This record gives sequence, structure tokens and C-alpha cells, in this order.
Amino acid sequence: MAQIFKPAMNTVCTVSIFVGAVVPFAILFTGSRITRGPLNTKVENPLDQPAPFSHKHHAYELGLDCRFCHTGVEDNAQAGLPATEVCMTCHSQIWTNSPNLEAIRKSWESNTPIQWNKVNTVPDFVYFNHSIHVARGIVCNNCHGPVNKMPMTWKGEDFRMMWCLECHKDPSKYLYKDDAHPELTPKQQVFNFYKKLAAGDPLTPEEQELADGLPQLVPPDKTHEGVALMKERGINVKQLKDCYICHH
Amino acid sequence: MAVWLDSRRGAVRAAKALAAAIVTAALVGGCHQDMWSQPKAKAQSKNDMVFADSSNSRPTVPGTVAYGKADLDHEFETGYDRNGHLVKEFPMPVTPDLVKRGQDRFRIFCTPCHGELGDGQGFIAKRGFTQARPVGNYLTERLRNMPIGHFFDVITNGYGTMFPYRSRIVPYDRWAIASYIRVLQVSAHTPVSEIPADKQAELNAMKYTPDQDAPKELPIGPPPARELNAPGGQAGNRVASGMTTIPAATNGGRH
Repeated sequence: MAQIFKPAMNTVCTVSIFVGAVVPFAILFTGSRITRGPLNTKVENPLDQPAPFSHKHHAYELGLDCRFCHTGVEDNAQAGLPATEVCMTCHSQIWTNSPNLEAIRKSWESNTPIQWNKVNTVPDFVYFNHSIHVARGIVCNNCHGPVNKMPMTWKGEDFRMMWCLECHKDPSKYLYKDDAHPELTPKQQVFNFYKKLAAGDPLTPEEQELADGLPQLVPPDKTHEGVALMKERGINVKQLKDCYICHH
Repeated sequence: MAVWLDSRRGAVRAAKALAAAIVTAALVGGCHQDMWSQPKAKAQSKNDMVFADSSNSRPTVPGTVAYGKADLDHEFETGYDRNGHLVKEFPMPVTPDLVKRGQDRFRIFCTPCHGELGDGQGFIAKRGFTQARPVGNYLTERLRNMPIGHFFDVITNGYGTMFPYRSRIVPYDRWAIASYIRVLQVSAHTPVSEIPADKQAELNAMKYTPDQDAPKELPIGPPPARELNAPGGQAGNRVASGMTTIPAATNGGRH
């Protein structure tokens, strides 16, 4: 009786087993890398804007408070983009000939709002509220990346649900505490962080990470401090994982 | 085939397969973004469905009163009494909390031009805001003798090249800032000998001089001023004509 399989079938078998086992995973892996990568999420992708506004210049080099322009951040769901009036508060007198500010002047003279390109968005079924996050001590950079280093603004994090939950499962790793200013409320400490950056004050390693846009992870030996902070600031972790917290 | 369909069991199976196919087709065909981008007006978003200019909200008509913001307490809302005179007394008790709130707000909105000390030497002033006229110095004789309503009025309506801040600071916070301005005025003209002894030591340890941070020469000179609002004079006299897009705090942060 003749051989059913020729010796070459060994190779065919090996290759087909390999392809069958690896290729589906490779396709899934590549697909997930593409959908989770900057191509889809637009992370670290500076957008063109009507006027080339620099957070690095205004918030870091000058030391302008975040709340000078984003007036809603303490009390409202939205931090809010400033009205043209806010730009013109200074730029009616400063850099009045700059071509970079042409769009601002045009908006002011024609009484038409500037249409900025939106950098950060969440789906319409997500109800994000800025005020509660800053009130409990989440620094702007935690979610928005190194804003103090952005000449043009980019999206700092991908805002996927998994990313939100990373903190909602255990916020103790991300809560900001300024040991140099214990007399301030958590919210005041958040904004004082940018004052410290602008003034060139000495930073702790965790603060340096925050300034560089890396997630501020509390070192393992300080975990108990984060847990104590959560208790002190009345953060109920069980509640944070409920669906209705973000989807109501 | 016919035999297979004849059996009752076979018919049920075929119906199930058909149902599964329909459901799968519906699920696949139903994959769209309606939940992701809903036809609703979100703050400061673009919306082509309602108004021709794609804006979700309308500019306020001059004289619009926000809901719940009727001018019932005239002195609190304007800084003037009913006879048109600047008020001389705070329309609320001046407490440490009020002053602390004022300090907090002052450091956001006022220090860029007026400086931490209120001497008109903020970083924006140093960068050329003084070209048209000097930034106000609270420590002068004239401003120290001003009735408190003046400061409230200036924050509300602007003054000279200073823009109005009524859209950015609520009345209570404006009074809080006014109280902190008074604190700066008093502290700048209080002799060290009048300060309690333990605080004197604290003060001496700080060794702070106002000019310490001042640059030796003016940084980056601004380009020559451009006539922004030719017939109407100073740009600062032109109030925001209803184009404020800052979301009002009237909804208390709810959606």
C-alpha cells in the first residue's frame, strides 16, 4: 500500500498549525493596536486651531491660572472654553498687531464666536463632570496630559472607558496632595500645583511625573496615604464603579 | 428535504435558524453611532439643526436678567445705592471666610495685571498693558479713600482699558475680592511696629521685597498699539455685547 502522505506534508502540517494558531491572534492584536492607537484615539495629536493658542506660554511661562479662562471648572460639568472677550481682556492691549491673533480680532469685531477645534470629547452617553474631579484633588494633567508643555493643545489620554475605570476602581493612586501646602483645600492644591510649576518651586518625584504628563502613581510604600486621603475626602470607591456615575 | 420538513421537529429547527439569521442581520445592521452622537445640544457645541449660525444658544439681548438673578438687592448687585451713590459699606458681614475667598479669586483674576500686592505690577502690566495707561495701583491715596462700591463697580463694568468681569465672577465673589483689596490697602500702610510680635518675627524671616521679582528691563516689548475700535475710543469701554459663551452656572452643573 502506497504512502498516503508524502514527506513534504510534514512542512505543510507545521505551517498550517502555526498559521491557524497565530494568525487569528495576530489579526486581533493588530486590530486592537490600531483602534487603541493614536490613529483612532487622536492622542498626542495637536490639532490646528483658528488661533495658535499655547498653553505652555500662558499657563506655564506666564503663570496665568487655569480658571482665568476655564471659569466653569470649579462649579460646572464643563470647564468651558473662554469667550473672545476673555482673550481680548489682555490682547486689546498686548500683541495687538500679531497675525496669530487675527481670528480673535475678527471674532471680536464681527461679534461671532470663534469655532475652536475640539480636542477632548466623550461620547454623548457619558456625563463627565469637571467640578467633582478637581474638588477631590484630580489635577488637570492627570487626564489632559502635560498641558504645561503644550505649544498647541493635544489630547493627553485616550478617554476609553477602561482608562476611566483604572482610576474609578482605585483613585488612591491618583489623588494629589501637596505636602508643602497642607492648609489648602484639595481643589486649591490642584491649581496651586500650576503656580508652583510657573514659579519653579522644587517638586517631589510624583509632582515631577505629573508635570511631565505621566500618570501620577503613588509609590507602593505610600499606598496607605492614598487610602487615608480617600477617606478624608469622602470618596466612596464602591459607588465610583456604578454605571450611573457616568451614564445617567 | 420534504421528509425533513415533514417532521414537526424539523420545522421548529428551521424556524429557529431563520429567527437567528434575522436577529444577527438586525444586530449587524443596527451598528451605528446614534448613541455616541445624539441629536442634543451640548454646551459650546456645534449644531446645524436649529439656528442658521450653527450655535446652540442665542446671544443675550441687552438687559437680559438671568433666571433667579433679578436685581432685588440693588446694592449687592450693582455696588450703588438707589440714589446712584457708590455704597460705603459691604452689603454683607465681612468675615474671614469672605476675605479668604476674595484672596483666592484675586489670585486668579486680578494678579495678572494688578500684582500679588495690588500695586499694579502684575506680569501682564510688565509685558506692556501699561502702554495706554498705567494699571491701577490700589495702594495710592486716591484708591484707599474710594468707597468700597467703587471696586465692585470696576470689577463689574470694567474701567479704562480694564474689561468687565461680570460674566466671569459672580457678585458674591466680586465683594469678596473687594474685601481682599481693602486688606492689601491696610496691610501696605501698617507700620511693622503695629503687628503682633510673633507675626513680626515671621515677617522678618520672609525678607520679601516687592521689587525682588521685577525684571531688570522690560521683557519683550509689545508691538505698537493698534486702533481696535476706532470711533468708540478705548476698547475697554466696549462691553461684551452678548457674545459671552461661558456656560452660566445657572444649571448647577446638571445636564
